[in-house]
Amino acid sequence: MYKILYKEVLSDVNKLMIVEAPAVAHKAQAGQFVIIRVDEQGERIPLTIADFDRDTGTVTIIFQEVGKTTIQLGEMDEGDELATVVGPLGHPSEIENYGTIVCVGGGVGIAPVYPIAKALKEAGNTVISIIGARTKELLFWEDKMRAVSDELIVCTDDGSYGRKSLVTEPLKEILEDADRDVKHIWAIGPAIMMKFVTLTTKPFGVPTTVSLNTIMVDGTGMCGGCRVLLEEGAQFVCVDGPEFDGHKVDWDNLLSRQRYYRSEEQEATERFEQHRCHLDAAMAEEAG
Amino acid sequence: MAELTQRDRMRIPRQPMPEQDPDARGRNFSEVALGFTAELAKQEAERCLQCKVPKCVEGCPVDVRIPEFIKAVREGDMITAVQEMKVKNSLPAICGRVCPQEVQCEQLCVLAKKGQPVAIGRLERFVGDFELRQRTCPLDRAEVSGKRVAIVGSGPAGLTCAVDVAREGHEVTIFESLHSPGGVLVYGIPEFRLPKGVVHAEIDYAAECLGIEINPDYVIGRTLTLPELLETYDAVFIGTGAGLPSFLRIPGINYNGVMSANEFLTRVNLMKGYKFPEYDTPVKVGHNVAVIGAGNVAMDSARCSLRLQKARAAMTGTEPGEVHIVYRRSREEVPARAEEVHHAEEEGIIFDFLTNPVEIFGDENGNVCGMRCIRMELGEPDDSGRRRPVPIKGSEFDLTVDTVVMALGTSPNPLVFIDAEGLERSRWGTIVAEETEGRTSMPRVWAGGDVVTGAATVVSAMGAGKRAAADINRFLSGELNPW
Repeated sequence: MYKILYKEVLSDVNKLMIVEAPAVAHKAQAGQFVIIRVDEQGERIPLTIADFDRDTGTVTIIFQEVGKTTIQLGEMDEGDELATVVGPLGHPSEIENYGTIVCVGGGVGIAPVYPIAKALKEAGNTVISIIGARTKELLFWEDKMRAVSDELIVCTDDGSYGRKSLVTEPLKEILEDADRDVKHIWAIGPAIMMKFVTLTTKPFGVPTTVSLNTIMVDGTGMCGGCRVLLEEGAQFVCVDGPEFDGHKVDWDNLLSRQRYYRSEEQEATERFEQHRCHLDAAMAEEAG
Repeated sequence: MAELTQRDRMRIPRQPMPEQDPDARGRNFSEVALGFTAELAKQEAERCLQCKVPKCVEGCPVDVRIPEFIKAVREGDMITAVQEMKVKNSLPAICGRVCPQEVQCEQLCVLAKKGQPVAIGRLERFVGDFELRQRTCPLDRAEVSGKRVAIVGSGPAGLTCAVDVAREGHEVTIFESLHSPGGVLVYGIPEFRLPKGVVHAEIDYAAECLGIEINPDYVIGRTLTLPELLETYDAVFIGTGAGLPSFLRIPGINYNGVMSANEFLTRVNLMKGYKFPEYDTPVKVGHNVAVIGAGNVAMDSARCSLRLQKARAAMTGTEPGEVHIVYRRSREEVPARAEEVHHAEEEGIIFDFLTNPVEIFGDENGNVCGMRCIRMELGEPDDSGRRRPVPIKGSEFDLTVDTVVMALGTSPNPLVFIDAEGLERSRWGTIVAEETEGRTSMPRVWAGGDVVTGAATVVSAMGAGKRAAADINRFLSGELNPW
């Protein structure tokens, strides 16, 4: 069992947890992920390692509440225990001194892009970061991102904070500025955002690494549910990735595969929320 | 009762296994074969002729003392039966259910010549199940040696090796990548063939008696590496199986609804997808399912599909649909265990022999909607000695399917080889290990089971685990150092 040592509500739907998992922390590197399971009935879901501390033996996970498992996880508190935390899985990011690089984090994708930006900064790169979300409420870690970036651009779709734009707009401007000489781009966020980032960067010919978050069961290459179509054929996100050359990804296939279990996810979420309502009502009755 | 003569014994017919009715069982995941009653077991045990030179034992990869345990069953002395069994086999409730006895012990039984071998597997299960209930014979352990052994993988090979090494007094730690031990016994083989309660009970019993520590959630190669294990442990056994699925190289394999048998079975078995939404992991099964391949994994996938279809039909009041096994060779070459094929047919699985998929079609949402196949005929024998299937020109036809499960065999998962360059592997990705002792090219590392042989059977993996354990024990006692 893996104890939750710290919990922070980053926004309405984004939460952070520091979890005791010494074996994972011992080996974790930027770009890798863990598979977690909330309880014995739980499903296995991949979450990127947002930070880790080898001395305290902890890993930090950040998640957006989108379905039954993440809502249930969000309701857990400090002192509660997760049934499974296994990892670190996947290849670490290839960190080297490229020169000037851009890190793009969208929504909950800010969490996984942070350790990469941090590692790239430590490797001597000039780090330009762009973080964005639908609205101000969904932004987090602006301070942390600023601390590891030479320049930070914040945008929201609705203009409630920072620049009113999608992340692709400032990205395009940076690429158009020949003086900047951007060598590499990392983009992590919703698949649709990553798709448009790669469409933006492709004409400039700048290598663009994306970190994919697909449906997985085991996370070790066993099920193949995470397969992604690249130009060279199907690959497994869990063991061949999670980072890929974004220009080679078949995004429409990826988006359609992410939707495959949507009706089941809805069913599970509705059932969970109903159950919770009943529970709340029963407790209120008892208290009253 | 007076002692029976050999002639009397030969007159007793082979006792049938009580089974769930095919129609009823299609609608549940409960075990199909219900197990012998004490009366049936005794009657079946009476059939054994107690051969002076028992051929059956030669057919057993772990050398179970077959005549001895059967004699004890016959005499109603179950404690002795359990003791005789456990000398060689610490997991009889599992083996009795999943061994392909018809090509092993039972094939060599003298009564097999008349088509009626002693039902050794059923008797083994009877003894194993008795012991899980009664716990009469806790496995004994030699004096603590102070030596430490790491076992990578908790499937049949790793478990068997762990038990035999721990019995010698060595301290054993098992590392398992998934959250529950058992390997293919829990993620692959379905509940209706091997109840998970039986697997867990058998593992817990052995681990408790022998002080074996089981660490789930450890992916060796990632969480810890092989060289790191060698720093802490005196010996390491790798029994990581063959967990990597294969996909046909045809167009359309990434449409939704095309999955590996590993994914499908893991969702159903390990994650208990058949109990969704009580359990969180969903599993989707279409109205028309095509399972490609005809091994045990294909039969398991087909029979799970059928149960899920019937469950849905019962809930929604619609037709359940069809499940097809699509196999490029003929019935003769089917590699699955005979009983599994028989059960699959009984339950209504449709077999499309001499049929090979060439393309999968998807609809506008990216979901599978059909599969083009071509008819095959058998040509000259190939390397495997089986007649090679060749396509019949112009015989293409389309199947309407919305789920395609690929059960085409598996290969070893390479994660365990991270940072282990000194470990020699074949071009198929399997570990090169000595056949008899399981020694690898890396000092103090042994391997056995599917990771060495490629996908095979539970009991052959157990045999390999057992032989490696004997060698590890000799090595740790200082008797030999082969490196």
